[in-house]
Amino acid sequence: MNSTVCPAFFEQSYVLTTAIVLPVLAALAMLLINRERASLIKWFALAATIANFIAVIPLFTNFDKTSARMQFVAEYQWIEAWHINYCVGVDGISVLFVLLSALVAILCVLVSWTSVKDKVKEYYIAILLIEGAMIGVFSALDMFLFYMFWEAMLIPMYLLIGMWGGPNRIYAAVKFFLYTLVGSVLMLLGVIVIYLVTGTFDMVRLMNTQLPANLQMLLFWAFFAAFAVKVPMFPVHTWLPDAHTEAPTAGSVILAAILIKMGAYGFLRFSLPMFPDASQTVAPVMIVLSVIAIIYGGIICLSQKDLKRLIAYSSVSHMGFVTLGIFSLNTQGMEGGILQMINHGVITGALFLLVGMVYERSHTRQIADYGGLANVMPVFSAFFMVFTFASVGLPGTNGFVGEFLIILGGFTANKMAGILAATGVIIGAVYMLWLYQKVFYTEVNEKIAGLGDISLREVITIVPLLILVFWIGVYPNAFTGFMDATVASLLGRLKGGDMNALNTLIHGVVK
Amino acid sequence: MHISELTPLLPELALASLGLVLLIVEAFTKTRKEIVAGLALLGAFAALFSLKFVAFGDVFGGMFISDGYSIFFKLIFSVNLILSILISVRYLKAEDSFHGEYYCLLVFSTCGMMVMASAGNLITLYLGLELMALSTYVLAGFIRHDGKSTEAAVKYFLTGGFSTALLLYGISLVYGVTGSMDLGTIAGYCAVHDLSGNPMASLALGLMASAFAFKIAAVPFHMWAPDVYEGAPTPVTAFMSIGPKAAGFAVLGRVFYYTFGHLTVEWSVILTALSILTMCVGNVMALVQTNIKRMLAYSSIAHAGYALIGIIAATPEGISAAMNYLLIYMFMNIGAFSVVLMLNTKGTRGLQISDYAGLGRTHPLLGVAMLVFMFSLTGIPPMAGFIGKFYVFMSAVRSGYLWLAVLAVIFSVISAFFYLRVVMYMYMKEPEKPDAGGVPDEGVEPANSNALIVSIAVTATFVLMIGIMPGRFIEFAKAAVAAVKILSQ
Repeated sequence: MNSTVCPAFFEQSYVLTTAIVLPVLAALAMLLINRERASLIKWFALAATIANFIAVIPLFTNFDKTSARMQFVAEYQWIEAWHINYCVGVDGISVLFVLLSALVAILCVLVSWTSVKDKVKEYYIAILLIEGAMIGVFSALDMFLFYMFWEAMLIPMYLLIGMWGGPNRIYAAVKFFLYTLVGSVLMLLGVIVIYLVTGTFDMVRLMNTQLPANLQMLLFWAFFAAFAVKVPMFPVHTWLPDAHTEAPTAGSVILAAILIKMGAYGFLRFSLPMFPDASQTVAPVMIVLSVIAIIYGGIICLSQKDLKRLIAYSSVSHMGFVTLGIFSLNTQGMEGGILQMINHGVITGALFLLVGMVYERSHTRQIADYGGLANVMPVFSAFFMVFTFASVGLPGTNGFVGEFLIILGGFTANKMAGILAATGVIIGAVYMLWLYQKVFYTEVNEKIAGLGDISLREVITIVPLLILVFWIGVYPNAFTGFMDATVASLLGRLKGGDMNALNTLIHGVVK
Repeated sequence: MHISELTPLLPELALASLGLVLLIVEAFTKTRKEIVAGLALLGAFAALFSLKFVAFGDVFGGMFISDGYSIFFKLIFSVNLILSILISVRYLKAEDSFHGEYYCLLVFSTCGMMVMASAGNLITLYLGLELMALSTYVLAGFIRHDGKSTEAAVKYFLTGGFSTALLLYGISLVYGVTGSMDLGTIAGYCAVHDLSGNPMASLALGLMASAFAFKIAAVPFHMWAPDVYEGAPTPVTAFMSIGPKAAGFAVLGRVFYYTFGHLTVEWSVILTALSILTMCVGNVMALVQTNIKRMLAYSSIAHAGYALIGIIAATPEGISAAMNYLLIYMFMNIGAFSVVLMLNTKGTRGLQISDYAGLGRTHPLLGVAMLVFMFSLTGIPPMAGFIGKFYVFMSAVRSGYLWLAVLAVIFSVISAFFYLRVVMYMYMKEPEKPDAGGVPDEGVEPANSNALIVSIAVTATFVLMIGIMPGRFIEFAKAAVAAVKILSQ
């Protein structure tokens, strides 16, 4: 197959390929560094992640916001026998996630600077490999390539949780691995079926192919298995609290900020455009599951005793908002959903970073061990407050914009869903403010008395996310602008299913 | 008969003469027995190299077929031989069983496998099978002073003999029905006469399927495998878990798919049942093993189940998928066994999975290699194991066996559990501290063997290479199947 399968572009862009390959090469190069030289390893990892972030900046500055097409496309022949190409590119949905992944990788290196003292070399190799795979997942335009990154990411993530995690880390790591694997292998079969029916792994082409309705339904559930576990949607969310709680800080941040976004991204990238009819049929079910996740996740938060576990369950609730927005199947909901994915990454990522910082000092995550932290670590408390408010959705912060759009979209789709989701916001305010009060106010708990406030390095780690909170909160258009064209085109495909009848129906087996 | 007509037999001739030369050299070398190993390695490379020059065609009136299909399997056999020799050297020294006959038996066994892959007649098939089997019986009991090894040999011999009897029964029935031993004639007979529903033909297929199932260690004909794999010398276990298995698949494909292609409905039912049982029992039993050799034995059983799916698909694509799977399986399995051998310095030391605790810290490269093999055996990209499974599942789905593929992926997830446990021990546990009493740590210290290092490096490289750039290997398997000798028109 010689023809360019991806949209015709005259020249190949190297931006995404660089962003995928650079961290992997850096990880390999790190193998050569003597393990005794821990500081060299750290600086090298920091340099690599910063270099990679600089490498992806063109995505932000040169992205054509008026186009719904794939941009920064590169395509090379890979496995000719199966018509598989190495094909990468981004559109309005994925571009922000690539940027966020590159940013989060830097923060992960920074936050681990002093807290990781054991197996330093392996640790940073794992982080770099994860970064490459994350960017790969968000930029792959070939199903096979996508699956490769999707699965390959499990290996370093499994090691990250299992090697540097908390006391119960092995259980959490295995649970994480097996849960996601079960979902993924079903998706793999779905990928195979799509290939056998259409003869291509090319995602762009598939997004414009009309599959038979009953097949769409089958495939929707096969892919649902993979995405629902990753999101995680109720009732397959149970791996998340364990993985989040036991993972090292950087692991929690990656999980919260990027990894669980992959599930929602999968819905946007595969389920909606490739199985539009099935998506519309199933949307009510998804909305119900989302609302359950919002309310249930929120209520569970109220009874948590562990800081990280509470934030983990709040992720379940927040991701419920995201899936609600996506399956509202209207502009507000979908843009809100995508924006909320970014927001949740920023806010919860920041909360995990902050919890990690205080854990490094106090070595306890029990809420009961805290109290009066505002007196002990005032700067830290101020930061934490901002992100608490963002998480609650205070106007002016990014959380407000996302949740507002989603509730608006949800309300349009189904009044009851909108009302219940709004209730979820209230529950969110209850547990976050309750948490803040318990930890930062009341009397100073002697267990944490005398802790030092956060250092300049830690401030630098957290400030980029702080800027994003207000940037998105005050001027969301800077970010929703990226999505407008793509979301409009996606919704056009969903609503105008008949228009695609022109697309050739390819039945039977393609050699 | 002109000598040039023997070119299709090049690899077999090379191995047979190599075996004889080794016997003589062995008799005259008193001190430096490594020479025998070196010579065997050289000869094995010659056999591998000869594959490039092998002519396609029939020899001995169709008794022996040389075609793309057999060449592919011969490639597997010769690489398996090379790697097996590499991983044997240090082990035999450590076990004080450094006899040159060992290599000679490896070579003869491989020669038998090659004859099986090229069999154009049921008699040739039987000859190859016996040459292979008799040599491996001896190999299994090679550590004479070890009771377990001897027990393994006896078990293997008895069950093997039983399966041979079944095979002969099957062959005689086939002869009774079709009046021929020649696969081409049989295929032609099947094309003309409708044998579906013929009880004698079904019985013959069942008996032959059972015999082949013994060789590939498919459930319920696997009972011998765990004990034999555990008891046999570790390099022999590696050799046995690949060679005879691949040879079994070679004849399965040749006899069932290419000869009895018209009876696909009959035999695919048998093989489907075998495949499901094999994946199920292999993976579930592997879950509870604490001995790594035994775990790999059950894992090897399970992998036969995956490869069977390719044959069940009963399309050229399925056959090439199964072949590709076996090739990949060879690299990852020998790789895993090489790491096992590295730690198994003497007797049963270093064979517990718990002995791998902390390996990732104490020996980072060895740990990474084992990690690659374990994830490959699980079937996680970017390792080769994923490509193997992907191809097999794709061929199955295309043939309408979506449900079988669903079962297979579920068993893959189960398998993740025990492969991950090895990784977990290596990276997430610490070796137990030596006793406070000052007793020196009896713990596991990897052997220092260049041959093993080479074998690990080569297999790990191939596992990653096939995983990331599988194109050439898939094309090769496809081409091999395309160049198969068509038995019936």
